[in-house]
Amino acid sequence: MRKTTPSQDFVRGIWQENPVLVQMLGLCPALAVTNSVKNALAMSAATFFVICCSSILVSSCKRFIPSEVRISSYILVIATFVTLADMVLQAYAPVQHKELGAFIALIVVNCMILGRQEAFSAKNNVYRSLLDAVGTGIGFTLALVMMGGFREILGTGSFLEYSLFGPNFEPWVIMVLPAGGFLTLGFILLAMGYVEERKKEKESQAAEVLS
Amino acid sequence: MSDESVTEESIEPQADSEPVATEVSTFRLVATLAVAGTLAGLLIVMMNQHTKPIIDKYKAEQLRKAVYEVLPGVDRYSTLYLVNEALSLTLPEGVKESEYKRIYAGYGGDGQLGGVAISRGESGFQDVVQIIFGFDPETGKLLGMKVLDSKETPGLGDKIFKDQSFVEQFFARPDTPLLGVKPGAGKGLSNEIDTITGATISSKVVIDIINHGLEIWRPVIDKGIPSVPSESADVEVTP
Repeated sequence: MRKTTPSQDFVRGIWQENPVLVQMLGLCPALAVTNSVKNALAMSAATFFVICCSSILVSSCKRFIPSEVRISSYILVIATFVTLADMVLQAYAPVQHKELGAFIALIVVNCMILGRQEAFSAKNNVYRSLLDAVGTGIGFTLALVMMGGFREILGTGSFLEYSLFGPNFEPWVIMVLPAGGFLTLGFILLAMGYVEERKKEKESQAAEVLS
Repeated sequence: MSDESVTEESIEPQADSEPVATEVSTFRLVATLAVAGTLAGLLIVMMNQHTKPIIDKYKAEQLRKAVYEVLPGVDRYSTLYLVNEALSLTLPEGVKESEYKRIYAGYGGDGQLGGVAISRGESGFQDVVQIIFGFDPETGKLLGMKVLDSKETPGLGDKIFKDQSFVEQFFARPDTPLLGVKPGAGKGLSNEIDTITGATISSKVVIDIINHGLEIWRPVIDKGIPSVPSESADVEVTP
């Protein structure tokens, strides 16, 4: 296994291996509930809670889980925390819970969470697993809030329900509809690919100069 | 640089999870899942016991607010259940409350019936639209309407509750059954409701729900509403 430092574990999920924008995992919530920043934040908070708790539990119980039933055990762990998150949201943030609807329950099948358990928590200690989970959770939050921000600003002319452009702004309704999610994700990926391309070009130029 | 690390990372699980050559008994597999399942169940039950009262209280509060909103001028209301095709204040012994259809009868300060509130849902443009509306059985006029739940298209269909000029029409005491007309195409009848341009289906759904709801409930209501003693203890009183 490739050795990493704790800080690498933490940062990796935020940028180089951002779950949504690089690994393309967890796209269902990223497309479905990012029509406003508030929804994106609620979704991120629930996912963050689930991935952190699951990682702690999986990494601390990994010795007791036979590898034949590990996937079912991980799913069971994740499903339990999702149900808890669902109930807590329904009790204390009923408006947000109604907006997110079935997508809270669908966190169970978010590949990003199961992927982290299988690829990391199952073979690292609790401390490293938690760092990895927090990093991934922050990466997921960043991606969702970025998409939610673009879509809310263009689709309703506001940010966090604070009106930006005044009453004369004609909202781009398509941005808050499902199609807008795909458009936004596409443009963000395009921008990231461009930046990455530029970086590589510069590196190869620098290498040429050196040689 | 980052591309390489991604590929390495994705290969990692397969390379590392090569099963260890020890044989694990079936019993151990089942036991592990059973223990995990039991613990998970316990945790969920405990959380449910904590959150359920809060959730129920919130739902009751939302309903209470909605009833007072669609029955203007009403001070208190009582829930009437549909038992054997007639309205009843009480349910037969030992039945589940949730299995019975119900309406809400609102009373004014003088103890007079101010109207009844009916909650009903039907398929809209996207998903079921759930509304509650107030109705005066004496005059046959509509008193108010509130959308409780809808997933209608943002920016178009959601005008059925965001467009105040549409909502206000239902509070202007129109006659029933309602008639949806294009804006400007009305003949000035007292039961006309202007539909929303760009959201014709959604606005017609609201009108249909009210008309169908009245078709079903009017015969029952006309049989008579059981009177409530004005100082009865089981009647909900506004604070």
